[in-house]
Order: sequence, then structure tokens, then C-alpha cells
Amino acid sequence: MVMTAPTKAGTVPAVTSRSRTVRPRWIRSLMSVLVWAGLGLLVIAVLYPLLWMVFSSFKDNREVFDSPWGMPGRLRWENFGKAGNAGVVRYFTNSVIVTSLSILTTVLISAWAAFGLVRQKIVGGGIVLGLLLGGLMLAPTVALIPLFGLLQNLRIFDTYWALIVLYTAFRIPFTTFLIRAYMIDISPEVDEAAKLDGCTPAQTFWRIILPMSRPILVSAALLQALFAWNEFVFALVFVSNGDLKTLPVGLMDMQSRLLTDWPVQFAGLTMAALPMIVLFLIGQRQFLQGLTDGIGK
Amino acid sequence: MHVVNRWRSWAWVLPALTLLLVFVYYPIVENLRLSLYSWSAFSAQPTFVGLDNYRTAAGDPVFWRALRNNTVFAVTSLVFQVGFSLVLAAVLEEFVHQRLRGILRTIYFIPAVISITVAGILFSFLYNPQIGLLNRLLDAVGLQSWQHSWLGEPSTAMWSIIAMSQWQSIGYTAILFVVAIQRVPREFYEAARIDGAGKIRSFFSITVPMVREMTTLVTILTISGAFLVFNEVMVMTAGGPSNSSQVLGTWLYRNAFLNDDMGYASAIATVIFVITLLIGAVQIYVSRRRRIEW
Repeated sequence: MVMTAPTKAGTVPAVTSRSRTVRPRWIRSLMSVLVWAGLGLLVIAVLYPLLWMVFSSFKDNREVFDSPWGMPGRLRWENFGKAGNAGVVRYFTNSVIVTSLSILTTVLISAWAAFGLVRQKIVGGGIVLGLLLGGLMLAPTVALIPLFGLLQNLRIFDTYWALIVLYTAFRIPFTTFLIRAYMIDISPEVDEAAKLDGCTPAQTFWRIILPMSRPILVSAALLQALFAWNEFVFALVFVSNGDLKTLPVGLMDMQSRLLTDWPVQFAGLTMAALPMIVLFLIGQRQFLQGLTDGIGK
Repeated sequence: MHVVNRWRSWAWVLPALTLLLVFVYYPIVENLRLSLYSWSAFSAQPTFVGLDNYRTAAGDPVFWRALRNNTVFAVTSLVFQVGFSLVLAAVLEEFVHQRLRGILRTIYFIPAVISITVAGILFSFLYNPQIGLLNRLLDAVGLQSWQHSWLGEPSTAMWSIIAMSQWQSIGYTAILFVVAIQRVPREFYEAARIDGAGKIRSFFSITVPMVREMTTLVTILTISGAFLVFNEVMVMTAGGPSNSSQVLGTWLYRNAFLNDDMGYASAIATVIFVITLLIGAVQIYVSRRRRIEW
């Protein structure tokens, strides 16, 4: 399957081989100047807004207006304290609770299902896979209105559980496929050896397969963290108690409350953005691996 | 005994399946039913109205504007997140040395890990006529006539949101293309170079055809993402001014939770559902056809 495209591609250069033209040096240097200028501009376009956010969170209101491009005159850490008191700390805590619990439930339930699908002969396993695949395509917005009633009937509307349950349910398809793709590559001999040693399938799962799948579980956890930390629409609709709001919705609330206290708003944004950036810089490899594995299979 | 054992294996998939059926599948089916009723969150009796909610949508200019905005969003995102990102990935792989390449990749990816809410609020500050950098930048280069109250004017609001979204997503799709390009055997590029093909030539005759599968995938993801867009718009304009930046998602939200017209909102949700279904069908069709072809 990989072979068709290369042959197509391979024939093209052969035609041009006789009429090989060496471009004048100045054109080539012009090209690389343009490329580097483009890459550099893109770096500025990406980083400058973020730096502006961080710098502005140390300024006072006058500096935000008068020297928007400059560095803050001094580091006003108190802006972060004010942002914290204005709600960021509470939103932050809520986000941590919802994110970590949903990581736990999503990864465990998905790994459990993935192991079952890979190793146990399940009656109608094909249907389960089909349902999971379909679940990948279904969008949260479409389910919004019925969920509103459903969560109220289950009496978890306006609680942490509303978000934890939904973040788990909507991410199970992706996470299961991700972990399943990894478990398929674990040799069945591992299971057989465990069976000979007297392990039940459940023991095999907890003691052997789960520890062996650690790399993909880390990837899955990081991607779930990214999702749950940033999720917006469920958090907006299903939590109305101000004390339970997560960061994305809380920040939006704060924006309308603080209005023109710019530095404090910037400080709030910085506090919200930093954990994910740090987590990404630390776990970059697992992050990207999970991303590309999940998307490629 | 044997049969019992085989059914017992369902214990493995039961938790996942239960959550999926109750919280993902049931609501989507229920939504189809609800869209045939006229009801509000606080009224006790929904009344059956048949397809009236869909007729309302057909006659609602804001609905059509929302659909158009989603389409514009999709087309612009295709240009940047598929076209531009592919070029960016190829440039990173071809022109940039190993170590610097890693650093650039990391930098370009950062916007994708901050939440849309943070990015949205940050950009609404950037666009702000009082403190924003954009107008000051235009001022500095002598383009005062280009200055706008970007999110406050109907003609610029939607585009300003779309621009923010590109800022956030280009690095993400570029990484996906980088991975795809890395899977292309180096010999092809070597062969092309020996045959005298320049870098631009190899890009079009090797890179583009070889990463076709990833291009399809990113295209599908980008289009469905554009039709589901909600967060960006909600944070930056909430659909305003005068509904000029309304998209299907925000129009649904507004009708459901502010206008309390749940039936109409369900009908809009169904439209979104049908669109994503069509996109999913295209994806399955394309990947199946390719499998037969190859």
C-alpha cells in the first residue's frame, strides 16, 4: 500500500534529470533569507502575544496603556494575589479536581475495556468496536440539550460529577483506541505465562499488562489532562454554582466582573495557561506520541 | 458453563459501554425526538409540532448566517491548517538543522496547549481598541485607516475570531504533518536530488503525494472542527455584534439557554449532527476507497 505513491513520485525527477538547471546563487540565498524571515516572523507571532500576557500581568494599569510593548517597571506579584482572590484559585482547584478524577476514571475504564477487546473473546466484540468508533465522531454540542435533563434526573447537575462523568464518557472512545493499539503489540505469550503462574485475567491485567502499558497510559493521561483542563461547553452549561466553576468558564466570568483591571486579568490568564505549558514542555515526547499514535490508527 | 463464561467477558467492556450508551448515544437519539416538540426548560408540557422547528430554522436569517460563518471558518482553516501547515512542516524538515528544528516545533506548538478560553480572552485584549497591540501596531506603521474595533464591528468580528483560531491551531497540524513527512523514506528525496530536482520540486512530487493520508485526516478534522466551533466565539463575542459572528453552536446555546426555546435549539443540534455525520461518511468513504485502490 505504501508502494504506489513513491513510484509515481519517482518517475517525475527522472524526466527532469537532463534539463538540470542550477539556480544562480543569489536566488538560492534569497530563498533561504525568505524562509528564515518567515520562520522568525512566525516565532514572534506565536510568542509575542504570550510574552505580552506575562509582562502585562506584572504591570499596573497605567503601564498597560502607556508602554504596551515594554517590560514592566517592577514585578508586581500582588497582581497574582488579587487574581487569586478574585476567583482564580477556586477555579484552579476545581479544574484540578475535575481533571485528575476524570483522568483516573477515563484511563482505567478505557484500559480495562481495551484489554478485554484485545485479549478476551467477547461475544459481539465487533459491535462494541463499532460503537466506540461511532463515539469518536459524535459531538458534545449535539448531546447538550438532552444531557441537561438527564443530569438533572440523575441529580448530578451542578456538581463536579456532572463534568467528571461526561469527560469520561466522551473520551472513552479515543482513549480506548489509543491504549488498544498499544496492547495489541504486547505479545500474547506474556498473558500465557501469567496464566501458567495461576493469574486470573483480572490479575494479569492489574499486575502485568497495566504496568507494561505505562508509556501509553502516560500519553493517554496527558491528553485527557489537556482535554479536561480546557473543556468549555459542558463546564459552561452543566455547572452554574460559582464555587464549582472550572478555569475556562471561571475566567470568562472574571472578565466580565473585573472589566478594566487589566493587569489582574492578565495575571489570571497567565496562571491558567502556565500549568499546561509547563506540563507540555516536561512531557513533550509522550504528549506528541499520544497525539500522533491516537490520530494515526 | 461455557456460555456463562463467554458472557462474563462482557464485564471488560461493560463500564465503558454503559457510559457511552447513557451519556453519548442516548442523548443524541433523544435530541432527534426533542426537535419535534415545542418546549422550554421550565414548561411542563412539550407539544408535538412535527417539523415546525426545522421550518423555523429555514426561515431564520441568523441560522443561515451561522451556517455561512461555519463554512467560512472551515474554508479559512483549510487554507491555513492544511495548506500552510504542510508547507511549514516541509520547511522545518528540509531547511532547519536538527536541534533548532526541535525548538521551533515546540514553540509553534505552545498555543495548542493553552485553553481556547485563555487564547480567546488574550486575543480579545489584543484586539481591544484601548489597550490592544493590533491597533498600535497599525498606528506604528502608518496604517491608521486600517484600525478597527475588531470584535465590536460586524464586518471584522468573525474574521478576528477566525484569525485567533489559526494562531492556535497551525502548530498542532504542522506537527502532524512533520510526523507524516518523517515516515517518508529518505531515499526518495536522495533520488530526487540526484536527478536534479530542487527542494520545491521534491515538495510537490514527493512530500505532497506521500503524506496524502495525513492530509485527508487533517482535512476531515479541520472541517468537522470548524462546524463544531463554539468556545472561541462564546468567549470573544458570544455571537455579536448584532449576531454577525453567530455560529451554529452559539446559536444553539442562545436559543436553548437564553431564549429558552429548547425545541428550536434541538433542531439546530440535529443540523450539526447531520453535518458531522456527512463528514464522517466522507471520511469512511475516502479511506475505504483508498484501501481498494491500493
